[in-house]
Amino acid sequence: MEILKLIVLAFITIFAAMAANFGQDAAYTLHALIIMAVTFFLFIRELRQFGDAKPVAETGYRDDVIRAGVIATSFWGVVGMLVGVYIAFQLAFPALNLDYSFTTFGRLRPLHTSAVIFAFGGNALIATSFYIVQRTSAARLWGGNLCWFVFWGYQLFIVMAATGYLLGSTQSKEYAEPEWYSDIWLTIVWLSYLAVFLGTIVKRKEPHIYVANWFFLSFIVTIAMLHVMNNLSLPVSIFGSKSVQLFSGVQDALLQWWYGHNAVGFFLTSGFLGMMYYFVPKQANRPVFSYKLSIIHFWSLTFLYIWAGPHHLLYTALPDWAQTLGMAFSIMLWMPSWGGMINGLMTLNGAWDKLRTDPILKMMVLSLAFYGMSTFEGPVMAIKVVNSLSHYTDWTIGHVHSGALGWNGMITFSALYYLTPRLWGRKELFSLRMVNWHFWLATIGIILYVSSMWVTGIMEGLMWREVDAQGFLVNSFADTVSAKFPMYVVRGLGGLMYLSGAIIMCVNLWLTATGAGIRKPSAAHAVPAE
Amino acid sequence: MSLLRYHKKIETNASILFGLGLVVVSIGGIVEIAPLFYLDNTIEKVEGMRPYSPLELAGRNVYIREGCYLCHSQMIRPLRDEVERYGHYSLAVESIYDHPFQWGSKRTGPDLARVGARYSDEWHVDHLTDPRSVVPESIMPKYRFLKEAVLKPEDIQAVVIANSRVGVPYTDEMIEKAADDFKAQVDPDGDWEDMVARYPKAQVRNFDGQDDLTEMDALIAYLQMLGTLVDFSTFTPDPSR
Repeated sequence: MEILKLIVLAFITIFAAMAANFGQDAAYTLHALIIMAVTFFLFIRELRQFGDAKPVAETGYRDDVIRAGVIATSFWGVVGMLVGVYIAFQLAFPALNLDYSFTTFGRLRPLHTSAVIFAFGGNALIATSFYIVQRTSAARLWGGNLCWFVFWGYQLFIVMAATGYLLGSTQSKEYAEPEWYSDIWLTIVWLSYLAVFLGTIVKRKEPHIYVANWFFLSFIVTIAMLHVMNNLSLPVSIFGSKSVQLFSGVQDALLQWWYGHNAVGFFLTSGFLGMMYYFVPKQANRPVFSYKLSIIHFWSLTFLYIWAGPHHLLYTALPDWAQTLGMAFSIMLWMPSWGGMINGLMTLNGAWDKLRTDPILKMMVLSLAFYGMSTFEGPVMAIKVVNSLSHYTDWTIGHVHSGALGWNGMITFSALYYLTPRLWGRKELFSLRMVNWHFWLATIGIILYVSSMWVTGIMEGLMWREVDAQGFLVNSFADTVSAKFPMYVVRGLGGLMYLSGAIIMCVNLWLTATGAGIRKPSAAHAVPAE
Repeated sequence: MSLLRYHKKIETNASILFGLGLVVVSIGGIVEIAPLFYLDNTIEKVEGMRPYSPLELAGRNVYIREGCYLCHSQMIRPLRDEVERYGHYSLAVESIYDHPFQWGSKRTGPDLARVGARYSDEWHVDHLTDPRSVVPESIMPKYRFLKEAVLKPEDIQAVVIANSRVGVPYTDEMIEKAADDFKAQVDPDGDWEDMVARYPKAQVRNFDGQDDLTEMDALIAYLQMLGTLVDFSTFTPDPSR
């Protein structure tokens, strides 16, 4: 077995070196070199440990990989938000595009979206799902070190995607930009993730599978299906990053938005609902509000979400029947979405007083409130007549960010605050006051962001369609661009506030984990008897 | 709600939960996407569509690489103001050779579906080099580096072959002559008649005004052909679509 591992690693190292040599574009060559370095390092490490006695397998929960996940989530969160703030100011001050190819908005925007969705959100999902599935199944993670392969494999994917974007390697499908070899790699990593997660459920000691795990499972399975289907492409050369998509035009468009909408539906909704179903009851110390509601909203959400993709293509060249289906299902989707919000919020029944003293719980409630708001706004925007105004405008950007910053961001922050003291064996967080600061910076930041985008979105939508008494268009396109300037500055400031909150969180988590900041009880304080 | 009692079977068995979840999540996609591949009226029947010329294809790759689709749509909706501003609404057939599609989802800048032949080549060169020199309100990045990026004509053949493998009807002759056609399109003094016979309506000019064949040439050749192919006198809308 060890010999086989060495041979495989050596083989990959040599092939990667060859690929780097023959590489036809910068992104491909760089990625080959990265892979070569990684496998060479693993080869040397394996060789040095060759024949060593294997340490006896530990028992109990497997938390080392989750600690790494908490660090990765915080790190990529700050990176992704920083890029977001930068490109927000690029739209207000185009000089910030500088004069380099790799600092233009067109290359940085996929870096921002992938970093916050897949690096920040994805690491949060992997870490929390590993934590939750062990606790709710009373079982250690299945598959030995496979969970570490998932963690590091996923980071490698992120690094390849991010560097690829900067060097202009993209297949131009939003939220699925990485090229063919990165996609193949992610498929391998994702199936390993599925194996670890499902394996742990299978060997559980609890008879029932906890509701959070239903959501995580449907998220992992659906993302695997979406990722494979939307990335079917043919490489131009085995030694280049460029590929052409298997499908074209209208079919490719619907496939893309079937993927794109359900990246929202299953990655950013189902997965994060899994988080919600564990951390909210835990933090509130109350049981989930309704078991029946969780069954109904789980199955209806899973069934309905997948139909909603065509609402990204209303009034386009997509046939009308598909547009109508997409709109109808998007409106229906409002109900299961609110089922989840109600189940989360009502879990606080009997514990609402804790909001006064517990800023982490406060964050969770805020995140559920934003979840409810953006899942109401979404169906409204999916109505054709509303969409005729809102589509192509900043309103969409505002909608996405009320969901992403409000719901995904806040539930992730509160999960990180919950996990860090427990994973590093500290009694409590370093500072609850800092959590409060984070809460308010983030809240005001989101409000500035979302309301400025509502204003610009509706304004530009109305300006584009404005006609005078003779029936001529009133505004040139350039008029609408300059009219948006003040709101673009406000949006950038909102993002900056949100980022500052996240940085305060990182400091707080760092001081909690290292224990450096924990104040020793002074003589003035009475030490409670144990 | 006695039906919910049966849920115990599902939530105590990982295989059932997994299998049922997969079935439930597959239905919508199958019902919505599969018919697009066999319903006859999905793609309109019109005259004029042809595969991209090698130079246009190279320009399209630059367009994709720089993420132009993130701020510019190529999909005019059948709404009064859009038709007024951008021209005839877009047809599905107009992106039939787009692997992948470039409809976009956001208009930070204007729609480009019919930008072809609207501005001069010189305007495009100035605009791409420094957008604010021609549109003071613009917030577009400068793409002056495209002028320095010299293209090698022999690289394009592999891209043409890959496109033909996924179904774009490039003939053997088109594949064989890819590099020649690539050079011919920027050389109005050379032999470009065969190229134009293979790619009707292809525009032959030195697009960026420089001697070198650069990414700027390719991108402008692509922009200048966008939306110019379909002969709308041959188009009748299908009311059942």
